[in-house]
Amino acid sequence: MTQPAIAVENLTYDYPGSEETPSVQVFEGLNLEIEEGSFVAVLGHNGCGKSTLAKHFNAILLPTGGSVHVYGLDTQDEALLLAIRQQVGMVFQNPDNQIVANVVEEDVAFAPENLGVPPAEIRARVDEALRLVGMFQYRTHAPHMLSGGQKQRIAIAGVIAMRPKCIVLDEPTAMLDPQGRKEVLATIRRLNREQHITVVLITHHMPEAVLADRVVIMSDGGILTDGTPKEVFTQVELLRAAGLTVPETTQLLYALNQDGYQLPLDALSVEECAQTLRDFLTEA
Amino acid sequence: MLKDITLGQYFPGNTPIHRLDPRTKLIMVIVYIVALFSAEWVVSYAIVLAALTAVVLISRIEPKVILRSIKPLLFIIVLTGLLNLFYTQGTPLVSFWIFTISREGVFSAVFMILRISMLITGTFMLTYTTSPIALTDGLERLLNPLKRIKVPVHELSMMMCIALRFIPTLIEETDKIINAQKARGADFETGNLLQRAKALVPILVPLFISSFRRADELAVAMECRCYHGGEGRTRLKELHYRPADVAVLAGGLVFMAGIIVLGAFGL
Repeated sequence: MTQPAIAVENLTYDYPGSEETPSVQVFEGLNLEIEEGSFVAVLGHNGCGKSTLAKHFNAILLPTGGSVHVYGLDTQDEALLLAIRQQVGMVFQNPDNQIVANVVEEDVAFAPENLGVPPAEIRARVDEALRLVGMFQYRTHAPHMLSGGQKQRIAIAGVIAMRPKCIVLDEPTAMLDPQGRKEVLATIRRLNREQHITVVLITHHMPEAVLADRVVIMSDGGILTDGTPKEVFTQVELLRAAGLTVPETTQLLYALNQDGYQLPLDALSVEECAQTLRDFLTEA
Repeated sequence: MLKDITLGQYFPGNTPIHRLDPRTKLIMVIVYIVALFSAEWVVSYAIVLAALTAVVLISRIEPKVILRSIKPLLFIIVLTGLLNLFYTQGTPLVSFWIFTISREGVFSAVFMILRISMLITGTFMLTYTTSPIALTDGLERLLNPLKRIKVPVHELSMMMCIALRFIPTLIEETDKIINAQKARGADFETGNLLQRAKALVPILVPLFISSFRRADELAVAMECRCYHGGEGRTRLKELHYRPADVAVLAGGLVFMAGIIVLGAFGL
């Protein structure tokens, strides 16, 4: 078996407390492996620990117990910090709070500049990263003049310019309008398919998780279920118990099932769902 | 109203002024300020004004933008003008009640108004034509010798760069907070000075809190992009002095010397 991109073993993490408040333990021995080149969605409602988990993937937080290995590198080892952060890029929710510079291309150049890449190579990387996210024509614009989706794509480009093998996106679409959401998701998907970058997408938005190869559902600091989108989303009762909704198509099919119709639940796109219904009707 | 603030804004362009090395521009601003304050009389003012107009024209910054940048300071400019008008002793021109306007007063008021407006315009030309990163980069390089005496030059320039970057974001946010507070019945427009100042508290508190949150998130995002201080950092755009920079610097020094000499002759 090849080495996983990220291997989390028996992870525990305590949020440090103060004199009045005790520290809070988030995970109870969490295990997770992210395969190289895969597209994994991590789902869960607010406060289930998914962002905390994400911050362990590039050593922003260090485990209190257990270990996190990134491409074989232990995140506890301070000497490896830059190497780890260069391999695993991270994109956050609010694009405004990630952009450092007043000009798009200078912002994208920020990470390679930190890594000490020679100027000619930085230029090549910046252009490449901006082309990959489809923002090349905006390279001399001021970020605050762009739309939310565009800003978030700049933030993604800023991470890609490090040439990471993996990017972790922590609710990257939460503050965007539907158009911006679509742009960002298309970009993420393209990076995964065409550039073979491992993607970990943290979200609480079901339709986004459908795009992934694998869905991990988190609840109360643990992993509730883990599998392909079809395997996961057909477990309607389990998801509801965890306070999550299922995709609308599954919801429709589930409701029909409740009414006594025997329908498979695993149609996740509207087209698939329509096909399932048509097949059922022609049979009947 | 807040959207009108143009402080620290950069207008991308590709004019000879935009292309100058930021270090050259920083030095030229100092040269310009020295020249402006050495100007004594119509001749030297006319030369400095002509130089400024030339720079504005070459940089293709719209006069509208410049007027907008002077507007917030109009009060100070007018006040200084009036004080100069009434308090300068000399040959009386008009006299009413307790006020006397002298010939010297009129000149000194006009010169003072010109001087302040030209000072604002000239220094703003720097930020209008230089991207903040280039600007802070230039400043960092110019101040580099101070690193020897342990001045955190890189950190200071990074802070300045981020501050400039967040000006538009925070202005937008302030606008939003003002509107949100207005929607809940806050009144910013009436009352005396003290009441109005008190009315600012519900704007400043949320603004500060959200700025701290932003700062925290930004710091994490910067760490994620491998930021670890100024050590071993390279630049997308390395700074290089070009012949044009040398020419501008030489021209600037001659210009400054000329104005100082003219000033010494009282022109």
